[in-house]
Amino acid sequence: MSAPVLARRLDLVVVGAGPAGLAAADAAAGVGRQVLVLDQAPRPGGQIWRHRPGDVLPVEARTLLDRVRPPRVAVACGASVVDAPGPGQLIVDFGGRLAAVETGAVVLATGATERLLPFPGWTLPGVVGVGGMQALLKAGLPVAGSRIVIAGSGPLPWPVAAALHHEGAVVEEILEQADALAVARFALSLIGRPATLARALRYRAATLGIPYRTGGWVVRAEGTDRVTHAVLRVGGRERRIACDWLATAAGLVPRTELAQLLGCTVHEERIVVDQRQATTVRGVWAAGECTGVAGDRAARVEGTIAGLAAMGVERIPGALFRRRDRERRFGELLAQRFAPRRELRERVTAETILCRCEDVRAGAIDPAWSARQAKLWTRVGMGACQGAVCGLACRTLYGWDTAVPRPPLGQPPLGSWARALGEATPPSATPPSPAPPIP
Amino acid sequence: MSHPDVLVVGAGLVGAAIARELARAGLRVQILEAEFAGAGSTGAAMGHLVVMDDSPAQFALCQHSCARWREWLAELPAAAERDPCGTLWLAADDEELRAARDKLRLYHDHGVRAEVLDAVQLAAAEPALRPGLAGALRVPDDLVCYPPAIARALIEDAVRLGATLTVRRAVALEPGRVRCNDGTTHAAGAIVVATGAHAAALLPGLPVVPRRGHLVITDRTPLRVHHQVVELGYLHSAHTMGGASVAFNVQPRRTGQLLVGSSRELVGFDGRLERAVLARMLARATTFIPGLARVPASRAWVGFRPATPDALPLIGPWPGMEGVWVATGHEGLGITMATGTADLIVAGLTGAPPPLDPFPYRPDRPMAEAAA
Repeated sequence: MSAPVLARRLDLVVVGAGPAGLAAADAAAGVGRQVLVLDQAPRPGGQIWRHRPGDVLPVEARTLLDRVRPPRVAVACGASVVDAPGPGQLIVDFGGRLAAVETGAVVLATGATERLLPFPGWTLPGVVGVGGMQALLKAGLPVAGSRIVIAGSGPLPWPVAAALHHEGAVVEEILEQADALAVARFALSLIGRPATLARALRYRAATLGIPYRTGGWVVRAEGTDRVTHAVLRVGGRERRIACDWLATAAGLVPRTELAQLLGCTVHEERIVVDQRQATTVRGVWAAGECTGVAGDRAARVEGTIAGLAAMGVERIPGALFRRRDRERRFGELLAQRFAPRRELRERVTAETILCRCEDVRAGAIDPAWSARQAKLWTRVGMGACQGAVCGLACRTLYGWDTAVPRPPLGQPPLGSWARALGEATPPSATPPSPAPPIP
Repeated sequence: MSHPDVLVVGAGLVGAAIARELARAGLRVQILEAEFAGAGSTGAAMGHLVVMDDSPAQFALCQHSCARWREWLAELPAAAERDPCGTLWLAADDEELRAARDKLRLYHDHGVRAEVLDAVQLAAAEPALRPGLAGALRVPDDLVCYPPAIARALIEDAVRLGATLTVRRAVALEPGRVRCNDGTTHAAGAIVVATGAHAAALLPGLPVVPRRGHLVITDRTPLRVHHQVVELGYLHSAHTMGGASVAFNVQPRRTGQLLVGSSRELVGFDGRLERAVLARMLARATTFIPGLARVPASRAWVGFRPATPDALPLIGPWPGMEGVWVATGHEGLGITMATGTADLIVAGLTGAPPPLDPFPYRPDRPMAEAAA
């Protein structure tokens, strides 16, 4: 798509059109500001509300999507940030056309991605993430009759299993890596959250008959051209099971690349924010899963706070903060109960591929190294994906720091990047001026 | 415990080469490295092993070093990514082509293989270049390599030969020993400072300053470049102490990626990417190789070359302190000159005859800034 017609200078750019980003844009537009929302996907909604035209969405999604659209809010889909040359400046790839965008404030609502951990056979075609399976399904992959094993963690496997089952797939089993006690304690905590509990029960009802086992994980995937079997370990025993698809991940992890490129502090894989969702960089706020995975309700209220705070609204209703804190506690609970177990990190052998792009195997790496040392010595993470998968895997396996990405993000054509950088006003010429405060 | 014969400070490619050669000569060697082999400028460098001719002394050390590299690379592991692609010095117009012919005579006089290509031959040799260039000087024996893997291999070699590696940051030189950031001191018969652009921190008064450079690497691409291609104008921009300059310099990697340079700025140790410089550098690259504009850019980084006022390295004993030797100041030629520098240091420390005259590189020489 081409670049939308933009105001000469924007008050706010929101990166990500999931629940957090939509709520932030809605709040900022509500106080009369010029807002642009960017999202990589062809339609707004984020991962959770990813849809095709005509799909039925939950009411909260419909409400937000109705409010966040032109002319009230400019929305650019198929768009992503490739560089940030100076404060208040973003180089945006609008579906292949790069342009410099100037803005008074940025709200990062970049969401989460799956924690894909290597194990023998994980690079075979047919082995995908749990959310990856969901995305394939929403993109129209026919699954009727396919045998699918889901081995994941936390709430995500449930809607995915329900949707697959609904489309006629044979979901062989749902494996939860957390043990039974952790899952039971999590289930108990849902008593205080009736809406979440209702959602969970709905998914369980839709997946009745599918075996659900806790304390289980994938040991390896087998097959030559494509996965044909998954070897699972459940309750101390190994089992080999035939499948057409193996959907597996160790839960979700915040997406922080852009935040790091902007210089924001990231701690324990999350963008650090204060009470008003401000990051450690002036002019940049963050909301939703990129600040810690806590579900779409946390994302929405954080987005609202971030949108208001970024527009200089000083008096934000206390009820919003209280709701945010409540949802955040739920997020902490999720993180605790569904933390990836040690055994998931111990599946790699010397022969297991860590970095697909550069064909680096685990045996080439000494866990005592730093991330940069491993990269310079073995090329791990130097390939086309720039460590998007293996960087995260190595972080989990070896406890390395999150490497700060080097621009550009997303591999734009060299010439377009250079041209857009040349067009960006030198930062010293126009210091960023945030919108005046609204008492 | 008796102390080692030589303490080499810094395991960049220069320090690693020195340590390995000293160990090979039978000396007891200790290596002090703040991070890991190749972590500094070595890890940011292009890895172009090139004969340059700004001055007779520069040419002599380049020529000797490249000859040594051809021997060394034959024994290094595949991770060294040895690529004998040669260099093409591009002449944009007839004036530059005349300069190329002058260089050709100089190279031939010293026994370096080279040939001048006319416009037609150049277009055939390197079809990705824009039409209209006057020609080029082709130096077929120049090479491309992957410096951090070589630094690692050389340090591992040195350790196999009995050297010890200590991972500590050196913070001060004292007579006969080095003090580290954790308070430990390390004594040795001789100390070789090979900390590149950071050397002046240990040796106040050493005329070395960091000169920042930007590089961009592309994704793997079907666009083929067969030589390291550099504009002849690079020779004029390379070794001056003035403001930011950019020059066309593109290198094919064995991975199928292209490494795009270059820039030169004196801004201290500022590790930020200067987008305005990056934009100029990339724009210049696309004027020489138009197809480059469509190649996906993977990442950009900066590095710091150790620059001296007269564009020659500092190799030899440091007059300020007994037993201290210096090996730095190679600017953009530290990778190329690492082998020759190691030969000179080993000769100096063992009393063996040097392979070439070390006099032009002595650290206490009078220095006038190189002509711009």
